[in-house]
Amino acid sequence: MADLSVQIGNLKLKNPVMTASGTFGYGEEFADLIDLNQLGGIIVKGTTRMPRQGNPYPRMVETPSGMLNAVGLQNKGVDHFVEHIYLRIKDLDTAIIVNVSGSTVDDYVAVCERLNPLDKVAAVEINISCPNVKQGGMTFGTTCAGAQSVVSACRKAYDGTMIVKLTPNVTDVTEIARAVQDAGADALSLTNTFLGMAIDVERQVPCLSTITGGLSGPCIRPIAVRMVWQVAKTVNIPVIGLGGIMNGRDAVEFMLAGATAVQIGTANFVDPQATVKAIHYINDYLNRHGLDSATQLIGALKT
Amino acid sequence: MEYKKHILDFKVVQNQHLGMNYSLLMLKPFEGEVPPSAPGQFAQVLVPNSKRTFLRRPISICNIDRDNNQLWLLVRRAGEGTAALCDLHEGDTLNVMLPLGHGFTLHRDDAMLLVGGGVGVAPLLMLGKELKEQGMQPQFLLGARTKADLLLLDQFSTLGKVHITTDDGSTGVHGVVTKHPVLTSDNIAHIACCGPMPMMRAVAALARQQGIDCEVSLENLMACGMGACLCCVEDTADAGNVCVCTEGPVFNINRLKWQI
Repeated sequence: MADLSVQIGNLKLKNPVMTASGTFGYGEEFADLIDLNQLGGIIVKGTTRMPRQGNPYPRMVETPSGMLNAVGLQNKGVDHFVEHIYLRIKDLDTAIIVNVSGSTVDDYVAVCERLNPLDKVAAVEINISCPNVKQGGMTFGTTCAGAQSVVSACRKAYDGTMIVKLTPNVTDVTEIARAVQDAGADALSLTNTFLGMAIDVERQVPCLSTITGGLSGPCIRPIAVRMVWQVAKTVNIPVIGLGGIMNGRDAVEFMLAGATAVQIGTANFVDPQATVKAIHYINDYLNRHGLDSATQLIGALKT
Repeated sequence: MEYKKHILDFKVVQNQHLGMNYSLLMLKPFEGEVPPSAPGQFAQVLVPNSKRTFLRRPISICNIDRDNNQLWLLVRRAGEGTAALCDLHEGDTLNVMLPLGHGFTLHRDDAMLLVGGGVGVAPLLMLGKELKEQGMQPQFLLGARTKADLLLLDQFSTLGKVHITTDDGSTGVHGVVTKHPVLTSDNIAHIACCGPMPMMRAVAALARQQGIDCEVSLENLMACGMGACLCCVEDTADAGNVCVCTEGPVFNINRLKWQI
């Protein structure tokens, strides 16, 4: 058995496979179908200072090898998370990571402060990349100054491992990555969804209530792999790769491009057991290639 | 009662083509029994042989035939994914996740009317069967465009009295289901309805007007089917946006914010 563990800041993951925020609920939804304790980590649904109802229906449409969503960060707020959900999931033997979102810098800080004392929250993932909210979200993640303002404020409010989730909807993702690293991030995760749009041509209306939405699924994978490769060469903090990973092969692809760990998102909708299967695949892959540690895959691309 | 979710491979035992646009898939698990499920719950079906789709398709559980250990799914050819399901052959393998969501309330009296339209009749077969097995006498009101579009009539007629409407008058009462007098007859206290949106809204409006308890089964577009993606939400009076896949697909009309 190869050593699957990887290191993200001060956080040691038992293996590099995590679930992407917003695609796995709080894990409990999947408990009938997989052993959650096998996962490297669970990144729970985007959490905000106050409860949010999200966007009106319709919020999703399937597109070729992908889907658009416009959920809009529906969640019951950080107090509900801390008082209810946290108590139910805190004893899982996996890293519980909370995705933090907000409309203002103060919102992000308030959520970080609320999470800071919780010893079973392994890390936070600061989401400056949600394309489906009118204020905040991606608008912070598309400029270096905006990204730095959120990240440096959160850095002061949160003592543990802080991951920052980047948007791909920028001209040069490496500039943002560097700015976020300089502002104190311990790791980066990329990519969030790509801004997209689909039209019901018979009715001549947008398929989503918000007109535009976030594109995910295997159709975005080559772009996400390219961005991870570029960013991993640029920064010296760990990069967590995501974007259309459907299986273990795809996870290895991101690691070869430079990712230290990966997140599986949309694939959970197709195969709720995709994460566990990917972990087994990585183990088999390492054995097959005569490697004894998953860390040997990180950036091992031969060019 | 909460039933455990399963993901199982099933073998297509039979694909009965019902007219041009519908298929009744009779499926048998490769291993074990069809998992326990409640009437109105649904399955998420992984579509094989469909190059341009990749999400599962939510399909109502139509029937669980315990004698033959079969799961029945009734599929309407609507798009590429459902077309691939309708074109399955005997012996093909189908990966199915079930049971999902919350089904219909089983009322312990003889005052239930099950109203279905088109492919929406599917979950009413299982509901009717369950009611009959528990000693109740459910009635059915089935609507369709034409006589040829009435599905599973022979099955329904073994479970109770069947009332029919067709849009073209080719059989039964001419017009939509709300034209049928049984809907407003005195001995109906509960309606369970599944069908196209305009039909469910019309039935819900009539039920509200008549003071009849009414549940409808929604089919909002969904991705995961298990409450993780939050895409299939319906706005409710008591809790705002809730997932149709977990809180529904069956809702009492009093929870919905429909303008009816």
